[in-house]
Amino acid sequence: MSSEIQGLVLHPSPGNKVFRDRVKELSGEKVELCFQCGACSSGCPMTQEMDYLPSKVIRMVQLGLEEALESKTIWVCTSCFNCEVRCPRGIDIANVMEALRQLVLRKKYDRVVLNELTDEQIKELPQVAIISSLRKLTA
Amino acid sequence: MKIAYYPGCTLKTTAKEFDISTKASTKALGIDLVELPRWNCCGTVHALAKDDVMHHLAPLRNLLRVEEMKQEGLVDEKRVVALCAMCYNTLKRSNQAFNADPDKAGKVRESMDNEANVYSGQVEVEHLLETLRTQGWDKVQARVTKPLKGLKVAPYYGCLLLRPRGIGIDNADNPTIMEDLLHALGADVIDFSYKQKCCGSYHTVYMKEVVADLSNRILTQAQAAGADIVATACPLCEYNLGNRQTEVVKKYPHFNSIPIVYFTQLMALAFGLSEDETALGMNKPDPRPILKEKGPI
Repeated sequence: MSSEIQGLVLHPSPGNKVFRDRVKELSGEKVELCFQCGACSSGCPMTQEMDYLPSKVIRMVQLGLEEALESKTIWVCTSCFNCEVRCPRGIDIANVMEALRQLVLRKKYDRVVLNELTDEQIKELPQVAIISSLRKLTA
Repeated sequence: MKIAYYPGCTLKTTAKEFDISTKASTKALGIDLVELPRWNCCGTVHALAKDDVMHHLAPLRNLLRVEEMKQEGLVDEKRVVALCAMCYNTLKRSNQAFNADPDKAGKVRESMDNEANVYSGQVEVEHLLETLRTQGWDKVQARVTKPLKGLKVAPYYGCLLLRPRGIGIDNADNPTIMEDLLHALGADVIDFSYKQKCCGSYHTVYMKEVVADLSNRILTQAQAAGADIVATACPLCEYNLGNRQTEVVKKYPHFNSIPIVYFTQLMALAFGLSEDETALGMNKPDPRPILKEKGPI
C-alpha cells in the first residue's frame, strides 16, 4: 500500500468507538454493514425536513461522530420503516434513529412540551398521535 | 366464531366510526368480535431500543387478558383482532420480542407479578383484514347487497400495516389485501404510487405543516390516478389525510378536497347496513356527497 493511500485511512479515537458501540448496543443494528448506497435516503418521506440524510447519519455513527446527536434528522424520523424494507444490508435504520434519540432523551431532554397544547387540540387530536409523539419526543 | 377484539383508545374517541362500522360489518359476516373486558393503552409505538423492557408491559398485559378470556370461555381461540394499525403493530411486535428473547420475557414476567396469571406468549395478533382474508374474499362478496359499482376507491396503507418485515400483513412493496377486499365489495379499485408513503404520523401534533405537505402529496397522487375517495385502516392516517385537509388548503389553495373513510365503513355500506352502522357522518371531510353522486347511498 502506498503511503498516499495509507494517509486516507481513518483512525477513530477511543471516544468515537465508545459512541459507536453504544449506538450499536442500543439499536441492535450492525451499522458497519452500511456501504452508503443511499436507498434509505431516497425512499425517506421526511428528507425535506432533515439536515442530514438518513444514510449520512448512519455514516456518522460508523465513524463514531457524536455530532449525530445534534442532528435535526433524528427528531424528524417518524419510524415508518420505509428504509428498513429498502436497506440491502439488512440494517433497520429506524432502530438507529431511536437509539440516537434515546441517548439524548435519557439525559432529561424534552423535544416538545405537552403543556403547549391547547385543550381544544388535545380534544381534537387522535390519542395515538399525542401518546406516540410524547413517547418519541420526551424524556 | 368468537374472537377477542382490541379496539384501542382512538377507536373509542376520535375514530368512533371505525369501531361502529367494524362491529356492524363483522356481525353481518358472522364474526363475533368480543371486546377485551379490561383493556389498556398499547403504548402506540413499539419500544425500539433494545434495553427498553418497560414499554412491553402495556401491550403484553392486553395479550394476557386475551389468554384469560380463552380460559373463561369468552372466546374460542387465543387470538386477538386489532383494527388501528398502530395498535396492531405494537401488540404484534411486543409479542414477537417476548417470544424471541427469553431474558426479556423473564423480566416482563417479573414486572407483571401483580397479575393473577402468567402470560404464555401464545396469543396470535392479527389485523381484521387478515381475518377476512383467511375466511376468504368470497365470503365477503357473498354478503354484498349493494355493490360499490362505479365508486373509485384508492386504498391507502401507510406504514405500520405493512412494515417492518415480518410484521406487515402483506407484501411491503406490493400490497394487495385492501384491493382484494375492495374488489369483493364491487368497487373500482384505484392503484397509486403513494399508497405506502408515510402521512407524517405523530408529527401532526407539533409539526402539522409538514403533515399538510405529505397529505397534499399523497392525496394529489390519488386524485391524479382518478380516485373519488380514499380508504384507510388507521385512525392516525384518517386524521392526517382527512382533518388535516384544512391545513392543506391553507398551504396549497388549488387543492381539491377528497373524503377519507375506513375500509370497514365501505364494508358496512356494501352490506346494505343502516346509516348509524356505516357512521359516514363522522368523517371529515364528509364523504356522503360523493357517495350520493356515485350511487352507493
